[in-house]
Amino acid sequence: MNEIHLNRARDPAFIKETEERSGQDIGTCYQCGNCTAGCPAAFVYDRQVNQIMRGVQLGLKDQVLSSVSLWYCLSCSMCTLRCPNNIDVAGVMETLRHMAREQGYITAPKMEKFWMSFLDTVRAFGRTYEVGTMALYMMRSLRLGTDLDLAPAALKLRKLPFIPHAATAATGRIIERYMKRAEKEGKRK
Amino acid sequence: MKYSYFPGCSQEGSALDYGKSTGAVCAALGITLRDIPTWSCCGSTPAHAVDEELSAALCARNLDIAAKDGADMVVTPCPSCLSNLRAALYRMRDDHFRERVNELLDEPASEKLPDATSVMQLIGRLHDAEDIGKRVVKPLKGIKIAPYYGCLMSRPAKIMEFGDPENPVLMETILAACGAEIIDFPLKTVCCGAASGIPERSLTALNSGRILALATDMGADVIAVACPLCQMNLDLRQKQAAKAMNRLFDMPVMYFTQLMGLAMNIAPENLGIEQLCVSPRAVLAKFAANNGGGK
Ligand code: SF4
Ligand code: SF4
Repeated sequence: MNEIHLNRARDPAFIKETEERSGQDIGTCYQCGNCTAGCPAAFVYDRQVNQIMRGVQLGLKDQVLSSVSLWYCLSCSMCTLRCPNNIDVAGVMETLRHMAREQGYITAPKMEKFWMSFLDTVRAFGRTYEVGTMALYMMRSLRLGTDLDLAPAALKLRKLPFIPHAATAATGRIIERYMKRAEKEGKRK
Repeated sequence: MKYSYFPGCSQEGSALDYGKSTGAVCAALGITLRDIPTWSCCGSTPAHAVDEELSAALCARNLDIAAKDGADMVVTPCPSCLSNLRAALYRMRDDHFRERVNELLDEPASEKLPDATSVMQLIGRLHDAEDIGKRVVKPLKGIKIAPYYGCLMSRPAKIMEFGDPENPVLMETILAACGAEIIDFPLKTVCCGAASGIPERSLTALNSGRILALATDMGADVIAVACPLCQMNLDLRQKQAAKAMNRLFDMPVMYFTQLMGLAMNIAPENLGIEQLCVSPRAVLAKFAANNGGGK
């Protein structure tokens, strides 16, 4: 197990930023574990969602932001629903994921690659279609063969959509402006 | 009230059948759905996973076009699109957030944007159970349905406003009005694994597997869904789920609109039934037998 020196690892600015950006009073978490009990992604987490909450309370920035759990969270909000202290736990997880990404803690690159491949499809076509996202994702991650077992069944049922040019152009501009701004603000694009 | 329709990308790909059956059922109920002109992707999970301002901007473009088109309400069949549209509206009440979103758009979004709702809620609002019952020609008698909403339709509660966040009942009300037997399904709002099937298959396989297993064990003939992603995870990925659970499944997964359509005597080919991956033949056979046998 790794050792943490609380007096040195504690980062008060991290606590403040997490609370401000998520709009949640994380200090009220009393570690009941309800969030973890209902979490459908718990089995792939390295730190359970209640542990993440505790980590934020203690200001353990490095421990929290490097957790793969932030990337595997399904945003299903079961934790939020079940929290007796009305903390929007799912919202905190999302805020932490944004912070992790901005600061370069990409501990589950395949998740980020998948999302970016999806956004590339949207940027290029204005709409998305599974086949396009999948192809881009495979290229990014070189995980050739991902889900190929589904291809015959899927192709039988699918066709490519017609997408009006205005949709394509406008979404492309939105995503480009976003990328530019993120770069200017020193965040990961 | 003027409604604008936001189909969502899946309606052009994996959920053609959802689009078809939604259109057919709404037409039969006298609800006109007109697409938002040149609508574009809401950004789905990836956009908000990366940045909520980006997600809101992709949604705001569509809401703004709908506003300029005179819509009072945007209607979408897809819970994921709905969740993004509603989250954008919710967050844009904050001036600073709205400004950040506007910076990403070609021009600032209209001051007043239309609200967003689901096709299911629209049907429920315009037609109560009695009214739907009157339109049923071939009741879904004896068909046991496990209603499955997925996690996005009702949560987060403050954004979605879809009744009880863990125990919504609208789908049951509608399908019971169509004559079906409804199973009290405890996993109805537990997540199916969502969009993580491609990067991390175990998340969808195990979570969808649990849903399929419980529905099977509770004697369901069919799982009724409202979400294209849930449908894909439970239907197209059923074999992966079976492997994760180490058992076999033969569980049809149909959109609630397809089931409604059957009851309203809409031809199966207009409901996209042939597009399902796991064949609903047993359901259709029961349906035919209970409605005077044969076809
Ligand atoms: S449910 Fe709420 S109070 Fe309980 S451990 Fe989770 S965040 Fe803390
Ligand atoms: S939102 Fe994330 S952390 Fe919360 S229960 Fe769902 S998967 Fe788990």
